[in-house]
Amino acid sequence: MEYFLQQLINGITLGSIYGLIAIGYTMVYGIIGMINFAHGDIFMVSSFIALIVITALGLTISTGLGLTILALILVLVTAMVIASVYGWTTERLAYRPLRGSFRLAPLITAIGISIVLQNYIQITQGARVKPLQPIIADGYTLMTRVDANGEFAVQISNMQILIIVVTIILMTIFSLIIAKTSLGRAQRACEQDRKMASLLGINVDRTISMTFVMGAALAAVAGLMFLLYYGVIDFFIGFVAGVKAFTAAVLGGIGSLPGAMLGGLVIGLIETLWSAYFSIEYKDVAAFSMLAIVLIFLPQGLLGKPEVEKV
Amino acid sequence: MSEQPLLEVKDVETFYGKIQALKGVTMEVNSGEIVTLIGANGAGKSTLMMTICGNPRAAAGQIIFDGQDITNLPTHEITRMNIALSPEGRRIFPRMTVYENLIMGATTSDPAYFDKDLAHAFELFPRLKERKDQRGGTLSGGEQQMLAIARALMARPRLLLLDEPSLGLAPLVVKQIFEAIKMLNEQDGLTVFLVEQNAYHALKLANRGYVMVNGTVTLSGTGKELLASEEVRAAYLEGGAH
Repeated sequence: MEYFLQQLINGITLGSIYGLIAIGYTMVYGIIGMINFAHGDIFMVSSFIALIVITALGLTISTGLGLTILALILVLVTAMVIASVYGWTTERLAYRPLRGSFRLAPLITAIGISIVLQNYIQITQGARVKPLQPIIADGYTLMTRVDANGEFAVQISNMQILIIVVTIILMTIFSLIIAKTSLGRAQRACEQDRKMASLLGINVDRTISMTFVMGAALAAVAGLMFLLYYGVIDFFIGFVAGVKAFTAAVLGGIGSLPGAMLGGLVIGLIETLWSAYFSIEYKDVAAFSMLAIVLIFLPQGLLGKPEVEKV
Repeated sequence: MSEQPLLEVKDVETFYGKIQALKGVTMEVNSGEIVTLIGANGAGKSTLMMTICGNPRAAAGQIIFDGQDITNLPTHEITRMNIALSPEGRRIFPRMTVYENLIMGATTSDPAYFDKDLAHAFELFPRLKERKDQRGGTLSGGEQQMLAIARALMARPRLLLLDEPSLGLAPLVVKQIFEAIKMLNEQDGLTVFLVEQNAYHALKLANRGYVMVNGTVTLSGTGKELLASEEVRAAYLEGGAH
């Protein structure tokens, strides 16, 4: 029981990171029906941006708590802004010229952009793994059990609390933006009927750009969290995390915002629990099998909307 | 003829790929008028509406609104000139509520007028008020048509383009919608350009009309003239000469 609880905490943490990335996939898919395969690499680039800013600020574990929080907010904002610029630029340069072209064109371009970003980071930052010393230590022991096998403590680290809290806050903010603001309404309108949206005076190109910007900003949050949590990054992390987050988006129902969050959590939990109880080598197999099973029985995903609503 | 027309379409040609849908259409709508365009399926009526809105764009010719050439403006800027369209097939946002659909309609208008315009729209179509928080996709066809017109009105248009508002609706609802159009024209002085297959109703309502065949305007005149015309009766009116 205690062991399960511990894995649950770990799984939710991992799932939060996947969920943040998955939102970018799902929003872009919702609005232009394209899988942005370069999204995982935006996440990777932003984790490098975060590492650079942290190093430049000289943030270490001995920095005081207040200062660390201030510095991390600065890092977060910087990473979000720069990642947004990357997101905006790739859309403007690579995808927009192909809009109205055949369906596979932007998809293949996205794979190309992914390769470009990976190589760009590999060349400018080096191919080796970049470590970061932990800067947030400690945590809380929720419960301990002592038995014949020794002691087992269920712990939640401050880092995990930070990840979960930041994820909840940001997802709430973004959900409110989509539900209540004129930008969010414009995004939903473009998602449902792009031509009609333009007939009502919505600047569709700008709305699509903003969607890429928002997705990239959330990926940047995930990038920083990943860096702080695992402490190592390299130019290839975007691929694996991207595929997982994409799986999460499809699992939750691609195009659905709550679906992406739920899908992220499910994938994170499956991976963690599988590693804990079965074999760690097959955790990816477990996650992808789950996707296959869900898609067989629920082709639109967990929270996806059925294709046709009414005439 | 001192005053210039509100909307002037001059020799407009439009293509879908290689297929020419409009073959040099010329027509005009004066301020305060109801003008109707009738014609068979595939004559190019809806294409003309969409071309006025810049999607698809005219390949040749000129579209002038209020003295300004709008032929090459992007669609969302044409809307900003206060031209509103209630399109063919209604195109309600199905996963937005009636209220949100109306907010979307007001995208280009001054927020200061929003409450007043909303009240006006609900007054015109009380059914929409009852359905305010219902999703657009769950409305009946007639309600969706009302919503499409109300949404267009939220843009405070100077020219309202209506594309087949009677399509697929029960006769009673059609009557209701035509009455609403008439009221908008008479009370608010709204200029309306109406595309219809329901030629009889449309011509009775309109000040002037055009008949379109195969991408060109073949006939024009006042509503009464066209209703009396043998050609129109034979081709578009039930129980016409024959």
